[in-house]
Amino acid sequence: MTPDQLGFYTLLKKEVMRFWSVLGQTVTAPVITALLYLLVFAQAMKGRAPVYPGVGYTEFLVPGLIMMTVIQNAFANTSSSLMQSKMMGNIVFLQMAPIGPFEWFGAYVAAAIVRCALVALAMLLVTMPFVQLPVHAPLALLAMFLLSAGSLAVLGLIAGIVAEKFDHVAAFTNFFITPLSFLSGVFYSVHALPPLWFKASHLNPFFYMIDGFRYGFFGHADVPIVYSVLWAFGFFAAASAVCLWMLVTGYKLKR
Amino acid sequence: MSSPSASTTAAPSALSIRGIRKRYGALEALRGVSFDIQRGEFFALLGPNGAGKSTLISIIAGLVQASEGSVAVLGHDTVRDYRAARRLLGVVPQELVFDPFFKVRDMLRIQAGYYGCGKEVWPWIDEMLERLDLTAKAGSSMRALSGGMKRRVLIAQALVHKPPVVILDEPTAGVDVELRRMTWAFMSDLHRQGTTVVLTTHYLEEAQELCSRIAILDRGSVAVIEPTRQLLARHPYRFLRIKLAGAAQLPEALRPLITGESDGTLELKLETSRNPIGGVFDALRTAGIAIEDVHTREPDLEDIFIELTGHPAKAGGATAGAAK
Ligand SMILES: Nc1ncnc2c1ncn2[C@@H]1O[C@H](COP(=O)(O)OP(=O)(O)OP(=O)(O)O)[C@@H](O)[C@H]1O
Ligand SMILES: [Mg+2]
Repeated sequence: MTPDQLGFYTLLKKEVMRFWSVLGQTVTAPVITALLYLLVFAQAMKGRAPVYPGVGYTEFLVPGLIMMTVIQNAFANTSSSLMQSKMMGNIVFLQMAPIGPFEWFGAYVAAAIVRCALVALAMLLVTMPFVQLPVHAPLALLAMFLLSAGSLAVLGLIAGIVAEKFDHVAAFTNFFITPLSFLSGVFYSVHALPPLWFKASHLNPFFYMIDGFRYGFFGHADVPIVYSVLWAFGFFAAASAVCLWMLVTGYKLKR
Repeated sequence: MSSPSASTTAAPSALSIRGIRKRYGALEALRGVSFDIQRGEFFALLGPNGAGKSTLISIIAGLVQASEGSVAVLGHDTVRDYRAARRLLGVVPQELVFDPFFKVRDMLRIQAGYYGCGKEVWPWIDEMLERLDLTAKAGSSMRALSGGMKRRVLIAQALVHKPPVVILDEPTAGVDVELRRMTWAFMSDLHRQGTTVVLTTHYLEEAQELCSRIAILDRGSVAVIEPTRQLLARHPYRFLRIKLAGAAQLPEALRPLITGESDGTLELKLETSRNPIGGVFDALRTAGIAIEDVHTREPDLEDIFIELTGHPAKAGGATAGAAK
């Protein structure tokens, strides 16, 4: 391993150790929350007509719930890690080290993806007794997972860079991430919505993440999978460009 | 390897600071600072609160962007060639920062990893823990350390990658006497082994004792930069403290020389050429005044510091001399 690679690998490991040391908060808690949604909604919506042919409501719900949880946790991981380092001041250890903006970006995003993979696998595992999901398109599934977790991790980094206090990150979470992830067709098919909401949903990037992820399981979705992949990729690319620009120029991080 | 722009023939300076300016809005924290620190120097960067010492160090470390100017560490520009520059540099920040998620030894190993150093430096990490009296705390969470211990971890953390140039921003602030001595010994050892050491401190006796060259920064500019001995010899005067017997008054002619008085002891500032000590004694004898006690003091860094900057080095005006 070259010294630069070791630097990257160490930062990645440190970021993983950070959430690992509070696994109860970072993995167990979101899995339990998602399970509660599953129990409540599956009960409430029992007996409804299948959303897609042959796909019951509980089955329909699980992929969306997983993706919603991935979205929220990817964002939470990078934003809170960076924010804590900024507030505690220990970000200087990283800033003084010979670690470039691309390694910095890569390590934070990769660590968030690792956390999301754990959360997603744990959710698949605990819902196994209730629903057995088919896997229609594993590559689409993987692509949607990586692009979505990656995009939100990058968004979390941007929020962590821009925010000057925890309140700012909390506001971003409460007024942007949470509402948009709820209104993205997790609990329903957007075809069931009134026309205006149906249109509005198509402007929500999280809608494509969830829809494309669902396609990976069932082979059915509200929009063609190509659109979902392109939307998620576009979102990831745009957010990454902004974030890397911030890291390269030292925006807000270097006074 | 990138070569320094100025002197390509000579080996590059440990630190080369060129025309550094830093503006924070209307405030100009650094107003064109330029100097070089040679390899193997033990260098003190002094100055009153707010002089710009930490800002300069932050610019060297890559934490702050200079508004103008450049810095090179052993010939490597800290912006264009930041990876090489940072591998050659270790910085102990002034603030007691730490990562509460990690234990002491783990934190040091992680920091080494950032610099591309793996298991080969683990023995060195343990050696530093031993030297800094932290072995017993190696497995403790950073959260559980006292301020002085955190400070020592910061010192170790700056040295994990064995940098040839080390900058310590007030390493002995808030540290007890015994620990301060330990820190001094540690820094001296580093220096003896060839490391270039740069130190900031408000304890001037520390700089006077350890450092061979001193720069005094005042309101963002270098007020003076000289070898310590030369700086001390700059003012050819000495202080005479005398306690007169009974309620005797100093003769009129000597009154203008008084610079201080405490508990009946007068302090006179004598220029060696114009007011030889013998002259004072003669004047007292002529006036028939008996001396109860007498004591002389060479000017120290504190006196020179006050002359140059107009402030005492430490808040509250307690001078290094008085503390002796
Ligand atoms: N981030 C910042 N934003 C605005 N002003 C700043 C910032 N950092 C430092 N300053 C100002 O720059 C000046 C120099 O500060 P600096 O911390 O470099 O002083 P110093 O010499 O290290 O002082 P001390 O001995 O107290 O540590 C001060 O006036 C300070 O208020
Ligand atoms: Mg300072």
